[in-house]
Amino acid sequence: MQITLKLYAALTPFLPAGAHNNQLDVEVSQGMTVGGLLDAYGVPRRLCHLVMHNGFHIPPDKRDARVLSDGDAVAAWPPIAGG
Amino acid sequence: MAWAGKLLRVDLTAGTCKSEPLNMKWAQDYLGQRGLATKYLVEEIDPKVDPLSPKNKLIMATGPLTGTSASTAGRYSVITKGALTGAIACSNSGGFFGNEMKNAGWDMIIFEGKSEKPVYLMLENDDARLMDAAEFWGTSVWDTEEGIKHKHGDPMIRVASIGVSGEKGVKFACVVNDMHRAAGRSGVGTVMGSKNLKAVAIRGTKGVKVKDPKRFLGASTAAKKVLADNAVTGQGLPAMGTQVLMNVINETGALPTRNHRDSQFAGANDIGAEAMQKVRETDGKTNLVTNAACFGCTIACGRISQIDRTHFSVLERPQYHGASGGLEYEAAWALGAATGVNDLEALTFANFVCNEQGIDPITFGATLGAAMELFEDGVITEKQTGMSLKFGDAKALCEMALLTGKGEGFGAEIGLGSKLLTEKYGRPELSMGVKGQEFPAYDGRGIQGIGLAYATSNRGACHLRGYTIASEVFGIPVKTDPLESDGKPALVKAFQDATAAVDSSGLCVFTTFAWTLEDFAPQIDAACEGEWTAERLLQVGERIWNLERTFNNAAGFTAADDNLPQRLLKDAAKTGPATGKVNELSKMLPEYYQLRGWTAEGVPTNETMSRLGL
Repeated sequence: MQITLKLYAALTPFLPAGAHNNQLDVEVSQGMTVGGLLDAYGVPRRLCHLVMHNGFHIPPDKRDARVLSDGDAVAAWPPIAGG
Repeated sequence: MAWAGKLLRVDLTAGTCKSEPLNMKWAQDYLGQRGLATKYLVEEIDPKVDPLSPKNKLIMATGPLTGTSASTAGRYSVITKGALTGAIACSNSGGFFGNEMKNAGWDMIIFEGKSEKPVYLMLENDDARLMDAAEFWGTSVWDTEEGIKHKHGDPMIRVASIGVSGEKGVKFACVVNDMHRAAGRSGVGTVMGSKNLKAVAIRGTKGVKVKDPKRFLGASTAAKKVLADNAVTGQGLPAMGTQVLMNVINETGALPTRNHRDSQFAGANDIGAEAMQKVRETDGKTNLVTNAACFGCTIACGRISQIDRTHFSVLERPQYHGASGGLEYEAAWALGAATGVNDLEALTFANFVCNEQGIDPITFGATLGAAMELFEDGVITEKQTGMSLKFGDAKALCEMALLTGKGEGFGAEIGLGSKLLTEKYGRPELSMGVKGQEFPAYDGRGIQGIGLAYATSNRGACHLRGYTIASEVFGIPVKTDPLESDGKPALVKAFQDATAAVDSSGLCVFTTFAWTLEDFAPQIDAACEGEWTAERLLQVGERIWNLERTFNNAAGFTAADDNLPQRLLKDAAKTGPATGKVNELSKMLPEYYQLRGWTAEGVPTNETMSRLGL
């Protein structure tokens, strides 16, 4: 199934080749989780402060339990703030 | 003590400058800057006064820690009755001007009356003089600052001034210092212009004393380590700036787009922090040149940018080729998503112009978005505007920035702000704001708490009066669900009270991404007379909030003004996580009043007033 992986700010370097506008559609197997996807692309968990699944915040202790569906989006940021 | 202990009272009508001792009883109750200056304003003006009347006053105020060695100790605020809103106005700025004012030996400057002709205040330590500003009237902020430094032969002079917009009565004119730092919101520059006061120029060399230097050094050093060790203030903000939020808020489904018709913007990634660091194909350079820090700041979130010289906006305008103040998130949102423009260089140009002529980019962009909706609905045409004003038109954005900055053409109508503009054309429901001031960059449908914070903000819609985004999106200090309204009244109140105290200290609110009031208190306690704890600071903040509220109530505002536009209350978000949601203000507001100790009509009860010593 296809998932849109979005990595921003200091996580940008972990994007796979071919990414455009900080995102890339990637093929993953059924049952893949949010945490598993980030692991698969070598994104260090300690840097993943803000992680969203289809725009919904997923706290660290829920990332390995949140299973992805075809067409979903996962976005991640290191610690950030602003205003 | 960290207070200088005196204020300068400038009677512009009489042309006099007099020193007065600072009211130290009030300093103990209101700390400084926002709180203390609001106390002076409330005591000295009629809340119903016309903001542009000579009877309104304008105060520039530092905090007790301004000019000290604490991190971010360069802040000052401009306090007045706002030209845009008619409510209490307090706009906070960084840069170096506040430090210079404190080093000249002044806690605040109170301007009253109106000068017969344009003047500027020249303040060199104790020596205060009103000078003829005829040669600077009609010139930009940038030319005024350069001109004053050249005239006095001193490049170290710090200048805060208005641009042509403030002279022309644009309702959202800023006071800009150090070329691109601004007391930006609510039209404080418009009030300054109405007094024929073009600029304030300061050179201060006295230094700032603190109560217990050794303890203060220890406390401020420890607090700096907290900032350095924190991933947000130590790494995230200096590297990416506030602009990192563009994609975050868009993903959250709360990026107001095209005058809040939508809450996600397809062009978000074209105008955010990542885009500013992308190498351009045209010249091999990036929009972002470097980050920058205000006086004493160890975070350095500021952006310095350079526009692509092949971009249409600057092809015939070499004066904009140099590096200058770049896009911060709120400005980029207003100039971009609110207008549907995804051209980063055009946004940067419009931002430069806002700095150059001293206009608030948030209200400018939001008002242009409202005008674009009027245009697309056929309510206004090129007959009025002089050009096509469709959403997404980068050239219209640039031209309207130039016109509004000078109060010319249709720019004079944009200069009314969205409330008066949309009322003029019979579509007041298209003004996206509260109490006459436009929303900043978060949609209250997708982030419930910020909607309540907007509705109850004392200076009109504002994110900086209670930045619940920290909790609702970033998880600072704890994560709350942005789509949930339960618990948000208490969250909003806590943020509002704490922020009022921070805004009165002389330090920057951005430190609160790492610090709590427990980090502020030891620094203030070591610097200032009196015993300062986190609990006391929170009470000072609550006192300030209620003082501002009583001013607004006396000015004629009521609970009916604690409201949001129907678009946020009736038109559900169409995409993203907030799909189907509106803001649940009617549920949150009664609980908020109750927590505040206010009546159902939004009036502080006698018991609340008494408890806070008001």
